[in-house]
Amino acid sequence: MQRSDMISIWFFIGALLLIYGVLICGAGIYDLVSPSAAAVARAEANLHWDGVDSLHPGIWWGGLLIIMGAIYTYKFAPRKGN
Amino acid sequence: MLSLSSVDLAIIVLYFIAVLGIGFYLKRYTKTGEDFFLAGREMTAWVAGLSFLAANLGSLELMGWAGSAYQYGILAAHWYWVGAIPAMLFLAIVMIPFYYISKTHSVPGYLSLRYGEPARALSAISFGFMTVLMSGINMYAMALVLKVVLGWDIYFSIWVSSITVALYVGLGGLLSAIFNEVLQFVLIWLGALLISIIGLVEAGGWSGMVARIHANFPDQNFTHLWGPIGSFTTNPMGIHWVAIVFGLGVFISMGYWTTDFLVVQRVISAKDLRAAKLAPIIGAAFKMCVPFIVILPGLLGLAVLDSPGHHFLVPEDAVTEALKHGKVLHSFNEVLPIMLARYCGPGLMGLGITALIAGFMSGMAGNVSAFATVWTYDIYRAMFRKNATDAHYVSVGRWCTILGVLVSIGTAYLVMHFKSIMDYVQALFSFFIAPLFATVLLGMLWKRATPKGGFWGLLAGTASSIGMYVWVLKVPSALRYIALSPNAKDMAENMFRALWSGLICAVVTVVVSLLTKPKPESELVGLVYGCTEIPSEGNLPVYQRPIFWAGVVALVFVVIQVIFW
Repeated sequence: MQRSDMISIWFFIGALLLIYGVLICGAGIYDLVSPSAAAVARAEANLHWDGVDSLHPGIWWGGLLIIMGAIYTYKFAPRKGN
Repeated sequence: MLSLSSVDLAIIVLYFIAVLGIGFYLKRYTKTGEDFFLAGREMTAWVAGLSFLAANLGSLELMGWAGSAYQYGILAAHWYWVGAIPAMLFLAIVMIPFYYISKTHSVPGYLSLRYGEPARALSAISFGFMTVLMSGINMYAMALVLKVVLGWDIYFSIWVSSITVALYVGLGGLLSAIFNEVLQFVLIWLGALLISIIGLVEAGGWSGMVARIHANFPDQNFTHLWGPIGSFTTNPMGIHWVAIVFGLGVFISMGYWTTDFLVVQRVISAKDLRAAKLAPIIGAAFKMCVPFIVILPGLLGLAVLDSPGHHFLVPEDAVTEALKHGKVLHSFNEVLPIMLARYCGPGLMGLGITALIAGFMSGMAGNVSAFATVWTYDIYRAMFRKNATDAHYVSVGRWCTILGVLVSIGTAYLVMHFKSIMDYVQALFSFFIAPLFATVLLGMLWKRATPKGGFWGLLAGTASSIGMYVWVLKVPSALRYIALSPNAKDMAENMFRALWSGLICAVVTVVVSLLTKPKPESELVGLVYGCTEIPSEGNLPVYQRPIFWAGVVALVFVVIQVIFW
């Protein structure tokens, strides 16, 4: 894919997903412990489906991003002699 | 309208930092023309394949086809399946060897080798024209999302996103465009997939969604792929299977996926012939899944947003009309951001918006990097300055990137006057892409095709397509002749026009070729079937051969057609 001294694109992707995962999962947990703040934000959407509140998608989707990001960051991290 | 939380804004800002950072990082690796315009021809099959698909997966694809799915139902998925998969596999197995072995820099470059300079000039100029228009369409779609969802100023969105693309493509060339496209591909999936998953939960699964749609619109068939298109009048698109199979599947799709340099450029950047053949096959495998994040949200909109006999979203012109009376309505094209707002809270909203911005940028970067290459190699070098240094051409390529972005911004205003984005795109494709496919294919597979045949065929095909468009525009009753039925709608007209212009191009090419002198076979080596030795893959195990994986993808494609018949 690239020259030997070039950092892999998969490393950049992994790092970004890891940071995104932490942010989204954190926002999801905050949503869980402080639902009123989330409700205010979502009410502005008008078209919001109430059922989504009980699914807590931010927590598990953020968790998924953390796992994927951690794997890719570790696997494709630039290392000495690589 | 939705206000973003600080987490959402952080996610969007981080995305901009990442794409710009990649552009700055890769600048040091793009020194030669080969680096800047073809990413050094060092891409693996996976990177080239994902980039090949991501360059096509612009915000126009995401927003436009989600809107079309809401408008026409699952018929819109034809553009992802019969309108893509056979063509991508055909590119991989039949056409890539000639592009790759000829070592051309571009599709017009191949035409130059095969047919000579006039065919190259015609193709390069029409491609440049089409590319900047497409870029403008992408920009409009993007700005629309940000206006609808966030209330951001349309011009602010256009300028910030465009300057970012100009910077990272201008710095790192195709290498930077490809790397960012892979990143954008991942973000598009992760940002959009959640809409479909939660939407299916709300609708009660696939069967629940179908039941709701049928309850809302008992007289319309929105959920079958082939069954309703036996007649123009039995489906919401007003289309016939002949137009889908031959207009879309043969000329539009084959033309786009095998000769549009925007996508072909990604494939010929592969590190070797096997990787180049595998790249479109990998792209095809993912392309088959894209309806899950694009078509499904449109169908879910029909199920959960609408009520019996009533569409919540309306055509673009109805939105404009309602605004005159102070009423705010939403158009079909806004279904994806509306579904995003329906399901996504803080953080996830930022990821979803980032996915749409990423889609816009990947589409636009694809357009401007291809435009820069064709302009530099096929127009500037071929017509104005033949013998400059490599560094000079890289510099021209960088400036062309900026110029392409600026011209695209100008064309974004044009797009705002068209009622349906996708119909407009299909019209453009039928002008330039369908005839080009006939020209390239005859050039690759028929030794007897001559330079004059290639040029006049391409010119006749393009001129006839534009002529048919103008004819129907001026005399609407002419539709019965172009689309074979007065009941046909815009989409059907585009498909039939592509079919006729492709056939006219092929007939003129054959007739003129038979009347003019062919090139000697020695000049066709590496360009034409029968004169080119294709490297054997006989030493590879079956599971490593591109033809094996092409067969697997083709089989899955057939199964999907049967399931949704």
